[in-house]
Parts: sequence; structure tokens; C-alpha cells
Amino acid sequence: MIQPNTIRETPITRQRLVVIGNGMAGARFIEDLIGLDPSHAFDISIFGDEPYGNYNRILLSNVLNGSQDAKEIFLNPLAWYADNQITFHAGKKVTRIDREAKIVYADGVEEAYDTLVFATGSRPFVPPIAGTSLHGVFVFRTLDDCRNIAEYAKDCKTAVVIGGGLLGLEAAKGLMTHNVKVTVVEMGPWLMGVQLDADGGKVLQQTIEKLGITALTGASTKEFAGDETNRVKGVKFADGSIVECDMVVVSAGIRPNKELAAESGLACDRAILVDDTLQTNDPSIYGVGECVQHRGMVYGLVAPIWEQTKTLALRLTGLNTAATYTGSKLATKLKVMGVELASMGRISDVKPTDEVVTFAEPARQVYWKAIVREGKVVASCMLGDLGPADELVDYFMTEKPAPSRRLELFFSANTQTHGTEISLADLPDAKQICDCNGVCKGTIVKAILAGKTSVPMVGKATRAGTGCGSCKKMIAGLIEAVAGAVKADPSESWYVPAVPLDKPTLVAECKKRGLKSVSAVLAELATHEDEKSKNGLASMLKSIWGTEYIDERDARYVNDRVHANIQKDGTFSVIPRVYGGVTTADDLIRIGEVAKKYSVPMVKFTGGQRIDLLGIKKEDLPGVWADLGMPSGYAYTKALRTVKTCVGTEFCRYGTNDSTGLGIALEKRFQGFEFPAKVKMGVSGCPRNCSESTVKDVGIVATEGGEWEILVGGAAGAHVRRTDILCRVKTRDEAMQVIGRFLIYYRDNAKWIERTYDFVPRIGIENLRKIIVADSLGIGAELDAEVEKTMAAYVDPWLERDQPVYAGQFSEPRKISLPVLL
Amino acid sequence: MLTLNRIALCQLADLPVGLGRAFEVDGKPIAVFRTRAGKVFAVDGICPHKGGMLADGMLSEESVVCPYHAFKYDAITGECDQQGTCAIETFPVDVTDAGIFVTI
Ligand code: SRM
Ligand SMILES: Cc1cc2nc3c(=O)[nH]c(=O)nc-3n(C[C@H](O)[C@H](O)[C@H](O)COP(=O)(O)OP(=O)(O)OC[C@H]3O[C@@H](n4cnc5c(N)ncnc54)[C@H](O)[C@@H]3O)c2cc1C
Ligand code: SF4
Ligand code: FES
Repeated sequence: MIQPNTIRETPITRQRLVVIGNGMAGARFIEDLIGLDPSHAFDISIFGDEPYGNYNRILLSNVLNGSQDAKEIFLNPLAWYADNQITFHAGKKVTRIDREAKIVYADGVEEAYDTLVFATGSRPFVPPIAGTSLHGVFVFRTLDDCRNIAEYAKDCKTAVVIGGGLLGLEAAKGLMTHNVKVTVVEMGPWLMGVQLDADGGKVLQQTIEKLGITALTGASTKEFAGDETNRVKGVKFADGSIVECDMVVVSAGIRPNKELAAESGLACDRAILVDDTLQTNDPSIYGVGECVQHRGMVYGLVAPIWEQTKTLALRLTGLNTAATYTGSKLATKLKVMGVELASMGRISDVKPTDEVVTFAEPARQVYWKAIVREGKVVASCMLGDLGPADELVDYFMTEKPAPSRRLELFFSANTQTHGTEISLADLPDAKQICDCNGVCKGTIVKAILAGKTSVPMVGKATRAGTGCGSCKKMIAGLIEAVAGAVKADPSESWYVPAVPLDKPTLVAECKKRGLKSVSAVLAELATHEDEKSKNGLASMLKSIWGTEYIDERDARYVNDRVHANIQKDGTFSVIPRVYGGVTTADDLIRIGEVAKKYSVPMVKFTGGQRIDLLGIKKEDLPGVWADLGMPSGYAYTKALRTVKTCVGTEFCRYGTNDSTGLGIALEKRFQGFEFPAKVKMGVSGCPRNCSESTVKDVGIVATEGGEWEILVGGAAGAHVRRTDILCRVKTRDEAMQVIGRFLIYYRDNAKWIERTYDFVPRIGIENLRKIIVADSLGIGAELDAEVEKTMAAYVDPWLERDQPVYAGQFSEPRKISLPVLL
Repeated sequence: MLTLNRIALCQLADLPVGLGRAFEVDGKPIAVFRTRAGKVFAVDGICPHKGGMLADGMLSEESVVCPYHAFKYDAITGECDQQGTCAIETFPVDVTDAGIFVTI
């Protein structure tokens, strides 16, 4: 649906279009424009203050509550900008506009424009009270906010959220999933004052209190109090009361980013003023999104934005120069903390002559209210059960007369009451299914008929379901009704792309059929062949079959075939094992001699506490290994890498446990174990944690009391994640056993190239504790046996120096000269 | 003037099953692959992206995957799966009892 922006062969004079703000409005506007203008009449540049491609801000709530990963919410990858010849200035804030010369300036960059579009959005409003700059006080608007909140929450037990609106409640819910006890503070007399009336607010409050969140309403925040390290410790209220907390999220409303426009002399009120053509008072400058005020309205939801960007794109491309935007009627369905909520019109705005129809069912926390003015529905809110919501939205949007028996608004013949099957087939084609993107049933059905038979496919084709996601169930229902079974993008769960099976099923099939080599699996179970799948299968089969595994080298990446890392010039690097990072003078001398003998171009200490010989020719590998006489350090392959240690009790004056001893023992036990992704460990002799154990796949830290704390799921590479605490144990043997169980459980259940930093949160640390520590599945002994079996199957791969396993494994290119022509 | 030469490379057994091997024919690097199904291909030895040694790559059906950044080249047409990367040269190969011959 989004057309690639192909360049026309005949050069045309292109218009320079500059967009300020790479948020939901800015990026959507460009998509609309490109979609309508495949001939590329515009040279487009876009500035974004945030250093990322554009993402779906709505889904930040999911990122915070952990139900989605940050990388899943991106709308367009960076490549999209390049593919469409859009100049994207990421992380550049526009600070000045010269309207005379038509140039915008951002730090170090300037762009000239013919047409300029403001899409600067809004920012959180932080009330002017003391203490907002303390550590631990956050706002909730951007991806970075989200990350910072989640990171800080790890060390917190209690939090206060200032603001009981939609966003505040989403933030509260997100914090709950980080095991933080939350109090929501609302200044108004009830929660979600914009969407609900007093009674609705009360019902919502009861509902969320059942979830374990405390709500304080009518509470005016006076100040945030901190401790001597400037960390927030509590919130003080106007009535003198105090709520203690370890962190605060302020969600007290938003303010449009209008300052740049105002400084440039554009007319502004609460936001940047635009007319029905979305033009500001400068005919070359337009505005869309939360930064604009149109007919007195400043919107805070995405639905109006989609109408605005579409209108502007139609006008600018000249496809419909008469297109206008006349305002949006807002009817939204929201999901707050698992509570269904629908809202339309202004519920608080009741005139004496209005009729108010309400229905409440407190036991089920259901509350419905509609305001009828001059025979028409002008506002409504519904909570708990949205059975009649679609009907009501229809009354509200079309302004058709309300039924004369007003209660039929809620209980008409058409109303689907809770629990009954929704008959999607009976809905009219014009019925809107996705409220975020304004996609109606007809459009979705068309896409399904055109072969888009999974929810993500429909989303890609029509955008339906790509906003807040609450309509995905309906889309799935439509697919089922139109095309039969729903395809929930099953490939998500496959272990590798070429075999359409999830890992447990795949393992079971391989065992049942006795498939011991990659080629056998490909022949019997695969849809095609690709290198990723081959690598993944090889690793999996090796762990299932141990010594019985049939090792086919064509299923393996070059590093895994020659047991070294390929370098940019085709040479290789050799990193021998240095157990626990502890070496000897003799070993160092030997390494030095080898380096001299083979004129090794670089000898380097690695980031993993050992020594790397870089620049070795493939044909020299066997000789180097023989001369070193040390086992492979597995710096290649998805296998156990290093076990970093600190000196611990051996020498350090703070050490409480023998960290080097444990590190060496661990590395000897688990060397050569292959996993779905690499595994790194660290052992520290005291909580000062000099071996960085808190950012390892498995970390072990000695406690002041002399016990060992076992940590899992950390990393500090492209992804930084702090470990979760799996358990504490008293002895070294216990530590070795728990770690063995964790490693095997990870090996057997993770997806291909899923590192522990993704695996641990996916399974959940609580769950892992049950399985690994409490042995809730009763598989402990099996896991222990797997450790033994895998240890027994380990053979140092560098022994292949004596007997290459395939033709040309360590050969240099064979040189052939041409016959001499006479 | 362009002259084509049919050159003896090696015996089939010199090629590892499912993998490639590097040759230099009159100084020109070429990579020769043998699929599990028994087909033999010869392609340019050097990846046009950043000079990866294609003989160290893997096969993905009838494409060669560069060991450096995993660009994929069709072993017959030489076409690359990454937009904007030029195709690689491919060479006719014939497998006889006397050995493997490439025409360059
Ligand atoms: C050699 C070394 C750099 C150095 O000179 O110090 C290194 C070199 C490479 N690292 Fe690393 N990493 C090295 C320590 C690290 C560390 C530090 C550590 O292990 O304590 C990290 C961060 C810790 C972590 O992993 O959490 C690290 C995080 C990465 C990542 C990011 C992984 C991630 O999922 O975030 C990659 C990329 C990947 O795996 O996809 C990577 C990938 C690589 C590759 C394989 C990249 C490549 O494909 O060429 C490099 C292989 C070079 C070679 O040919 O030898 N390397 N790499 C270090 C070897 C340590 C060792 O003794 O084994
Ligand atoms: C957590 C959360 C949940 C939400 N949930 C919903 C929901 O369920 N339903 C719904 O309809 N809406 C929801 N919203 C609101 C919705 O996200 C906004 O309405 C929408 O993002 C507004 O789009 P925009 O492009 O106008 O502003 P933004 O998305 O904020 O984009 C503006 C961008 O412009 C950049 N910018 C600003 N000034 C400059 C400058 N001078 N130079 C360069 N760049 C600049 C900013 O950094 C920002 O990236 C939610 C919002 C949040 C934060
Ligand atoms: S972890 Fe503690 S004991 Fe070990 S070296 Fe560091 S400070 Fe010393
Ligand atoms: S060098 Fe071949 S893909 Fe980069």
C-alpha cells in the first residue's frame, strides 16, 4: 500500500518539502504524500528531535508494561527513508526558521524549503512545583522515557504517578509489571476526567484498586521531596500529607510544541493556528498533529491526525485542491489497564434540557451513560462492557435520531450483549473496525479476499490493527469469517525460517524420526533451504544427539567450520581458552613465541579477558593451534565464550568468595557447550562486581555474607540489560548445578539466536525460578543428566589440525595458470 | 580480443559436499561450489560488496551467501539479492570423468 517513491526519468522541477517533527503526524504525512505522488514531485527532508526512525507512540504503553519489545513498535525502518529518497535528519532539533529566505536551521544542518510542514507534536506538562529535577522523576512521552522508567524501576519498590488520565493509568499499569507498588494521584475529583463522569470515575477507581493500585483523587501535589543523594523519596500534598515513594512519573497533561512557530512569527494560540486547509498564516507553512489548533480544537489522539495528513497530502499533490479538513468527531475505544472504555463527545458538558440515560451494574463494574440532546446522542461513556458501544458510536457519528424508548440505546434488538457471538458477517461494509486508522469492514474484507489472511498482513495492507491494537480480535474474526482459519503469523514461533515448526515440535519430530543431520531434517521437514536455518539446525541437532550427531560442515558458517573468526581481509583470529582469565608465565611465553613464529600482525587483549592473535592465514591455523597446544576459546560459534573473573579472595582485600576458582571450574565444565546464541559469564568475589557479572548471560556475585547470588539474562553489547536474580546459593557445587540447569533449559527452549537477554524476560524470571530453582516441572534430574551428556560429547575442535574433516578445510586457494598460447 | 579457455580445475572429490573451494585461475580468484544434489557452479571469488571470499561462504539452495555480510548471489545468473549491488560473474562448468572444467 505504501508505494516506493520511484524517480521519474524525465527530470522535473521538484518542490522542496521540509517537515519538522518525525512523530506520528510527520511520518504519516510523508507516507500519505508518497502514496499519492509516486512520480516524486517533492524533494522531502524531515527533521526529528528523537534519534530514531518513526515509531508508534501509542504502543509505548505496551513497551513499558513489557508486552511488546521496543523494536516491534517502529513504523518505518531507517531504510524506508533511504528507499524513498527522503533526507532524514535524525536527532536534529530545528531551532530557527528564516521565513524570508525560506530556510530551517537545526544544529549544524540547514534545509531550504518551498513548503514547510510543522508536525512538532506536544510534550508533557510538568507542573511548576519544587523537586521536579530530582533523580527518579520522569515524564512519559518518548521511547527514551520508557527505557529510563523501566531501568529505574528495577531498583524501586514504590512509585507515584501524578495524573489519573489515560496516560497516567497506562504508566501505572506499566510500572506494576515491574513489581512496583503504585499510587495514582489525581487532582480532579475523579479519574479520567476527560472521558468519564463522576460515577464512571468511581467505577474505574474500584476496578483499578482491585488490581492493586491505590488511587488518590482531589489531591493537589505540592512538592517532590528527595534524599541527600538527590533521589526522590516522596510526594508532599497541599493538605500536608506525604506519600513515600522511590520514583515518580508525571503525567499531568500535554502542551503543544508551538514555541518555534511562535518565535518565527506564526500565529499561535494554545497551539499553532491552522485553517481548514491546514495552512498557518504563512501560505508556505502548514501544520498537522498535536501541535496545531483547528477551529478552537487541539486534539490529543491520533484519529484526527490521520484525517489531517490525508487532507494536506491531497492538497499539496494537487490531486484534490479543494480538500478541506473541517474537524474530527471523536469516538474512541480505549483499553486502560485491561478495562474496556468507550468515550464520545463531551460527557461533562450537560445542559439542563438534556436527557441523560444511564445504566450501571456495579457488581460487574459496568457503567453506561449517554446524553441525548434534541433527540440525538451528543456524548456517551461506557465502561466495563462495550456491548452497545458500536451502536452508540453510530448514533453519535451519523447524528441519527435516538430511539424513542431511550433505553433501546443500550438494549436494542441489534445490541450484542456480553458473551454472545458477534456476527461480523452481518455488519455493514461501512462499519468502522479500526478506530485508530479509520478502516472500515469493507476495506478489510477486500484485503482478505486479495489474500491477506493474517492479522499482520491485513495490517500491512490497510493499516487496520496497527494503532492501539484493540481491534485485532475483530480483524481475526473477519479473516475467519471470510477466509477460514486465522493465520496468526505462525512463523513467529518457528525455530528457524525453513522449517515451519516451533522448537519443541521440531525437537520431538527429529527424535521421533531419528533425524541426526541437517540434510536429513531439510529433506524431511523443510520448505526450502537457507543458510540461517542450516546453522540453527546444526546447533540444535548437536545438542539433541550429542556424540550421535552427524556433523555436516556445509550447514555451518565458515567460523564454525574452521574454528576461528574470519576477518575483513579473509584471514582469521585465534583466541585460545584462558580459563577464568587466569594464565601463567609459560602460557604467555608460548603465545608470544607463536606470535613471532607466524609473524602475527596483531596480538591483542580482548574485551573478554583473554588474548587474540589476529591476521592468521587459513592454512596456518593448524600449525598455530599445534604450537599453542591450548584448547579453543570458542570466540566463534554460538557457544560458551568467556567466563570473566575478578581476583576474589585469592588476593583482593574485599573478596568474600573464591571467584577465580569458581570461574575456572565453570569454564572447564561448560566449555564447548553450544547454545542458540553465545553465552558469557562473569564471577565476582564481592558486590563491587569487578567482572561485570550483572551484565552477563550468567553472572555470579559473592554476597557480603559469603553466599553466591546467581544472575541471569544480562548483556552489555548492542543490547544492554541488567541481569535478573535467579537465586542465592551457599556452596560452589550448588552454584554449578543451578547454572547447569539454567543453561540446558535455555539451550533447549530458546529460539535460534535468541540470547538470554530476550529469553529470560520472555519466559519471565518468576517462572524460571519455579522451573530451575524449585524444579516445578520435575525436570531437574534430566537437566543435570544433559549437562553430563554434553560434557562427555565435548572434543576440542582444534584437534582437527591433525586430520582435516573436509577437502580444502585449511587450504589456500589452488593456483592454476592458463595454458600458454603460442 | 576475447578468448575463452576451458580449464581443468580439479577432481570432484576435491570439492567438499555442499561447500565451496577457492581457486586462482591465472591470478583471477574464482569460487567453485558443489551442491548436495551434485551440481557444480563457478562464480567470481570476490564479493563486490566489501571483498568477501565467496569460497568461504555457504549455499542457500542455488545461491552463494557471502561469509562477510551475508549478501546472496544466484549461482547461475550472478544476481545479488541486495538492491544496488552489482551481479557477480559466473562461469560455465562441466563435470566429466576426467575432472571438473571451467570455461573462462
Ligand atoms: C575479539 C572481541 C573484541 C576485542 O578485541 O576485545 C570481539 C569481537 C567480536 N565480537 Fe564481540 N568481541 C569481544 C567481546 C565482546 C564483549 C565483551 C565481553 O564479552 O565481555 C561484548 C559485550 C558483552 C555481551 O556480549 O553482552 C561483545 C558484544 C558483541 C556483540 C553484541 C551482542 C548482542 O547481542 O548485543 C556482537 C554481535 C553479535 O553477536 O551479533 C559481537 C560480535 C563480535 C564479532 C564476532 C563480530 C564479527 O562478526 O566479526 C567479533 C569477532 C572478531 C574476531 O574476528 O575475532 N560482539 N563482544 C572480544 C572477544 C572477547 C573474547 O575473549 O571472546
Ligand atoms: C504512552 C502514550 C500512549 C498513547 N496512547 C494513545 C492511544 O491509545 N490512542 C490515541 O489515539 N493516541 C494515543 N496517544 C497520543 C498519540 O501518541 C499522539 O496523539 C500522537 O503521537 C501525536 O502525533 P504528533 O506527530 O502530533 O506528535 P509526536 O508523535 O509527539 O511527534 C512529534 C515529534 O516532533 C519532534 N519535534 C518536536 N519539535 C521538534 C523540532 N523543533 N525539531 C525537530 N523535531 C521536533 C518530537 O521529538 C517528536 O518526535 C498516546 C501517547 C502516549 C505518549
Ligand atoms: S569483586 Fe570485589 S573482591 Fe573481587 S576484585 Fe572486585 S573488589 Fe575485589
Ligand atoms: S563483503 Fe560480501 S556481503 Fe559484504
